[in-house]
Amino acid sequence: MMKGIEMSISVSIVGGSGYSGGELLRLLIAHPYVTVKQVTSRSHVGEYVYQVHPNLRKRTQLKFVEPAQIEAVDVLFLALPHGQAQTRIGEYAALAGKIIDLSADFRLRDATLYERWYGEAHAAPEWLDKFVYGLPELHRAEIAAADYVSGVGCNATASNLALLPLVKADILDRSTPVIIEIKVGSSEAGAEGNLGSHHAERANVIRTFSAFGHRHTAEVIQEMGVQDVSLTMTAVDVVRGVLATVHGKVKPGTTAKDLWKAYRAAANDNLFIRVVKEQRGVYRAPEPKVLVGSNYADLGFELDESNGHVVSICAIDNLMKGAAGSAVQCLNLMMGWQETTALEFMGLHPL
Amino acid sequence: MTTVSCPECEAQVLLDADVELGEILVCPECGVDLEVTALNPAALELAPMVQEDWGE
Repeated sequence: MMKGIEMSISVSIVGGSGYSGGELLRLLIAHPYVTVKQVTSRSHVGEYVYQVHPNLRKRTQLKFVEPAQIEAVDVLFLALPHGQAQTRIGEYAALAGKIIDLSADFRLRDATLYERWYGEAHAAPEWLDKFVYGLPELHRAEIAAADYVSGVGCNATASNLALLPLVKADILDRSTPVIIEIKVGSSEAGAEGNLGSHHAERANVIRTFSAFGHRHTAEVIQEMGVQDVSLTMTAVDVVRGVLATVHGKVKPGTTAKDLWKAYRAAANDNLFIRVVKEQRGVYRAPEPKVLVGSNYADLGFELDESNGHVVSICAIDNLMKGAAGSAVQCLNLMMGWQETTALEFMGLHPL
Repeated sequence: MTTVSCPECEAQVLLDADVELGEILVCPECGVDLEVTALNPAALELAPMVQEDWGE
């Protein structure tokens, strides 16, 4: 493969029946330089992929195959449940020179951090250093040079991007705790149902299901270098979307204009980051509603200059910027293609 | 064209050559209303905006 040449490459998806796998397929089928070769699923072998992902009808005639039937390709996407990719990573690496793993298996660089947050020892700790954390807004150059890229946690992504301008401009006061309130949609829980996702129980909820200790906290600690941080997770009555609201303190003397400078820099440096801090209309702060299906991350902020309390807000589509969208963005970088290829969809309004 | 810094967010606001004294502009970044309070050199000040309920 030659980088930067807009030639077609072959890709396959291991574990393509989940929501992230379906979103990956939607993006990759429409990608001008990609041919999707195979999609695996243990539970849907022989079925057309559009029978599981109905939006793909008339766009692909692919059928799910057994994982054992997977063949060599240029790039392999892994969209397996957490914990599975790490047990067979050597086999997958023998099939493709480049791997993008959407699960949590290779997000953390430190095996002890993994064990602390995931409650078990990592099965392939020797692979952790080979992966680059797959958020282009944090690791663009490393991803472009990498063969192995991890996925990102959707809640971690909303948190990390909300913190990014404050951390990069070094105006966050790290001596005080960072509290992150996160509202999430139901698709974040995955395609497998449980009692809590039963419609009668899930509809109309505003349900705090994790006051602190959510696994994605580890990615915020690792990527932002903020040690004293808590994520509080609340499920709300939407299907897609994450809204992260960061509460923290800025360093003494920091003004609203300093924040404007920091957020503007983040938007200028990153094609998928937008600043939403409007004075008119309904959409004055970031909202996931208008981001459904898009790869944008909308950032907003407010500062109480009297006490340095900053509120930083990030809205994303959890299946896009928080999963499949970032993964395709990483693919584009790894292949030397325009970063926005196949990711240009700007969302819908009204919705 | 002249460029003037927004007094709210410090975005660079482009003024057309035929901009008039007292004209109200909208900052393209933070969305505040700006009044052209001087020409040669041009100056911008925050203009009062109607407060409205929203989002509740």
